[in-house]
Amino acid sequence: MHAFRNILRTEARLYLRDLPTLLTTIGLPTLILVVLGLVPSLRKPDPTFDGQTFVSYFAPSLLVVTLAMVGVNILPAVLATYRERGVLRRLATTPAHPAALLAAQLVLALAGILASALLLILVARLAFGVPFPRHPLGFTLAFILGTAALLALGLLVAAVARTTKAAQALAVPLFLVIMFFGGVYLPRFLLPDFVARIGDYTPPGVQALLDAWTGTPPQPLHLGIMAAIAVAAGAGAAKLFRWE
Amino acid sequence: MPVIEVTHLKKRYGDLVAVDDVSLTVEAGEIFGVLGPNGAGKTTTVECVAGLRVPDGGGVSVLGLDPRRDAAQLRQRVGVQLQESQLPDRLRVAEALELYASFYRNPADPAELIDKLGLGDKRNTAYKKLSGGQKQRLSIALALVGNPEIAILDELTTGLDPQARRDTWGLIEQVRDSGVTIVLVTHFMEEAERLCDRVAVIDRGRVVALDSPAGLVSAVAPEQRIRFRPSTPIDDRLLADLPEVSAVQRTGSQVVVTGTGELLHAVTSVLARHQIVAADLRLEQSTLDDAFVELTGHRPAN
Ligand SMILES: Nc1ncnc2c1ncn2[C@@H]1O[C@H](COP(=O)(O)OP(=O)(O)OP(=O)(O)O)[C@@H](O)[C@H]1O
Ligand SMILES: [Mg+2]
Repeated sequence: MHAFRNILRTEARLYLRDLPTLLTTIGLPTLILVVLGLVPSLRKPDPTFDGQTFVSYFAPSLLVVTLAMVGVNILPAVLATYRERGVLRRLATTPAHPAALLAAQLVLALAGILASALLLILVARLAFGVPFPRHPLGFTLAFILGTAALLALGLLVAAVARTTKAAQALAVPLFLVIMFFGGVYLPRFLLPDFVARIGDYTPPGVQALLDAWTGTPPQPLHLGIMAAIAVAAGAGAAKLFRWE
Repeated sequence: MPVIEVTHLKKRYGDLVAVDDVSLTVEAGEIFGVLGPNGAGKTTTVECVAGLRVPDGGGVSVLGLDPRRDAAQLRQRVGVQLQESQLPDRLRVAEALELYASFYRNPADPAELIDKLGLGDKRNTAYKKLSGGQKQRLSIALALVGNPEIAILDELTTGLDPQARRDTWGLIEQVRDSGVTIVLVTHFMEEAERLCDRVAVIDRGRVVALDSPAGLVSAVAPEQRIRFRPSTPIDDRLLADLPEVSAVQRTGSQVVVTGTGELLHAVTSVLARHQIVAADLRLEQSTLDDAFVELTGHRPAN
């Protein structure tokens, strides 16, 4: 526990030292939101979105940006690098277990995701009048499960990939798929219906987030699938993860 | 009292037998060298001792404990410097040592260790910005920061400049003098000769010799050679009849005497008795280098 705390503190320092990555993960979704919000027509209620503004409708997709970046890009890259460079192995020679380093990275990933989401929700509310999520419990649940699913996928990538290069080779297509189905590249109303429906079930489950944000309880099936992905990917990662 | 006992250790990676049959014991307080050509199985052997790899056969006992079963205890008491192991790019020297010190019950003082290893002016430098030799020194410091009873150092001075290498040898002797047992994997014969009380030479996963450096040399390559210019002509037979001498040759005005044992004493006594002064006298002894080549059929990588 003692070792974990010290490792977490050190890793947090390193995380804060990497300013470009820090700013991108935490600030990028909010930046996109602000840019879009500056376009007046996107701030007008629109029947296409059940009378919401485009900005409201698009906000959950912006959550996907950070989740995908941190979960399937940064987390596996950091872990694979640590493994490839023998950082985990060196730790294994000390009384501290390398799992403490993995746990610290998870905590930091989570902290980054939370900070980014809070910033987005706050700026959306204050600058563009997007209401706070109207179904807080459902939103929290959808967010936790979506995050868990993506972090577990990230761990799975880190487990399967032997090297940093391999981790990137796996992470990039996964990242693109998640962003695409999450409606980041093309807003979901422009996607063919069946593609949007697939997106309901790809992590982090953008439909559940949208539902809860606008006040509808998220569908149990959407949440269930996220939980299932989190458990399956997490179990796979635990089984396959190599410290060297 | 042995602190490390390895008996008939065997380790395979798939089809490749990395360690075939290694047995050795390391005594408390000694510096024990592990020599051998690339791929001989040195790292694999010491990693089994450190509990980082599970042997396929044979036994390993460290401080009377089992490296796998009693891993938690041994990690407090054994410091390991791995052959290839880096740190996060942005981690600074002092941060790394302070973090690692915090894992141990009775750590050394990080600041003191930093100075001892000549990293004093680099304490706030990020790992990425250290030179190869500085990284290596940090790695040694990390292996010692827990005040271990045994330090396992895989390729201690690879990448260090000659001065830093000598400084590190001095440091290792200090560490040994404070009672730490040291296992040293090395490719430098000079280092083994200077530091090690005993060395094991490993070749293709087997111990081919185990002795003190001097013992190895005299057992494997016992020939000595004396060259000199006699002040007055000398009858070869005077020297050739000595029991220590195996051959007497001449190259120009130079006499070359080959032999074993107390060769120098025997030859100089005869010369003194005949009042012959030996000018430019040189004694050539085999070195650990020669013994290494003899034992493994390889030149030491140097
Ligand atoms: N993790 C591994 N997986 C597969 N093979 C390995 C692994 N580590 C080492 N080997 C192989 O086992 C053999 C012994 O390797 P080892 O690292 O123990 O040699 P070494 O004596 O330390 O060599 P060097 O002087 O080059 O460091 C080599 O043939 C090497 O290729
Ligand atoms: Mg080696």
